[in-house]
Amino acid sequence: MFDFLEGYDLLGAFWVTVQLTVYSAVGSLIWGTLLAGMRVSPVPLMRGFGSAYVNVVRNIPLTIIILFTAMGLADTFGVTMGAADDVKTRVFRLAVLGLVAYHAAFVCEALRSGINTVPVGQAEAARSLGLRFTQVLTLVILPQAFRSVVGPMANVLIALTKNTTVAAVIGVSEAALLMSEMIENEAELLLISAIFAFGFVCLTLPTGLILGWVSKRVAVKR
Amino acid sequence: MNLRKVTAASAVALTLALTATACGGDSDSGSGSGGGGKVTIGIKVDQPGLGQETPDGYKGFDIDVAKYVAKQLGYGESDITWKEAPSKERENLLRRGDVDFIVATYSITDQRKEKVSFAGPYFLAHQDLLIRTKDNIKSGDDLNKKKLCSVTGSTSAQNVKKKFAPDAQLQEYGGYSECLSGLESGAVDALTTDDSILAGYAAQQQYQGKFKLAGLNLSDEHYGIGIKKGDTELQGKINAALKKMVDDGSWEKAVKANFGPANYDFEPAPQITEQG
Repeated sequence: MFDFLEGYDLLGAFWVTVQLTVYSAVGSLIWGTLLAGMRVSPVPLMRGFGSAYVNVVRNIPLTIIILFTAMGLADTFGVTMGAADDVKTRVFRLAVLGLVAYHAAFVCEALRSGINTVPVGQAEAARSLGLRFTQVLTLVILPQAFRSVVGPMANVLIALTKNTTVAAVIGVSEAALLMSEMIENEAELLLISAIFAFGFVCLTLPTGLILGWVSKRVAVKR
Repeated sequence: MNLRKVTAASAVALTLALTATACGGDSDSGSGSGGGGKVTIGIKVDQPGLGQETPDGYKGFDIDVAKYVAKQLGYGESDITWKEAPSKERENLLRRGDVDFIVATYSITDQRKEKVSFAGPYFLAHQDLLIRTKDNIKSGDDLNKKKLCSVTGSTSAQNVKKKFAPDAQLQEYGGYSECLSGLESGAVDALTTDDSILAGYAAQQQYQGKFKLAGLNLSDEHYGIGIKKGDTELQGKINAALKKMVDDGSWEKAVKANFGPANYDFEPAPQITEQG
């Protein structure tokens, strides 16, 4: 029943998916945190940029963002991400860029909701001790905010894992691309889809369980 | 090897569960086959020259073949219900009986023959390159230095990766139009897929004079008419219709009408090979 799997690098394809997920997760966590910082900052220009970015980017379909990185940035404007002669590396980096840009908006909003759980008195107390805004944010607010948003962040991470499949539209050789190759050759739509669905469940189910446990452990008891 | 077996085995449980539910969910809403003097034909609706939806109905070589065959089977044009048959769903459409037959750049391969039967072939296409008019690619060896573009997961893209040019820079996109825009802007050097599909694009109004076929015959693709597995009666009838279409000259007329403007050096009608 499964002899048609011969000759396909199933694990290799899922490894690319994992790489895409990890790089994009780290990138969007950093960029999303910066955005969240901007959205709560006292500088109107930064607040404006933060909310404009979030509202624009999260409302554009991911497929369009990913396609834009390859067709717009790379093909038209010549942004090759340091890999002009290596299409494989280039599309991978472009896909990470697109995924980071998109998911940072969701990370930002999750984190901002976490910031809102920190009682305002703490920020006022920190201010009255003479801390600057960046110090208030990094020393007092964000550490507590992060602890309360592990659950929502797990949601974003799981969505990100599955959204890496969109990278197939610009030819990143991850799981979804192998799936379309296999369907093209083997005429086994249902079986092949089920195998890949199972593969993704294997990736995301442990993520959800582990982060759910972490979320309970680190939650700030108020 | 072992690891693959483990992967395979662990997928069994889930798959069985999934297939079981899928069977239960089968509805009989899509009953299109046989009876009532109607015929449902699966086609592509987004490939210029072969099967494309236009304001005046469907147009293309596959459509002309489908109409001719339907006529020979005793159905008028008004009895035909067209149904889009995306590449991934062709086998399932036939198996469920949602369509009576499929004329949609459907290459005859051994793997597919395990699931469906074919009539024909009615056309012999080759994998080729579409390049800018001023460029030249003479032989397959030049490919390794070029930037190629093809559709994600397609047979043509896999051929490039595994057979002709493993060292070539292959950009895969979700559709041909993305590749065409890259070809136009110079981001890629060639778009590769079946020459019949390429000819259809080259013949489109907005691209006329810009692109040409390189004329490399990289592979043989025999387009067949997909039918339900083991339906030898229909297969015989369609084969007879195809033979008649070639003999009375309608075949050549249809090819010229649909691929004419592309200077496409098409192959003569292939011999019918698929028999019960």
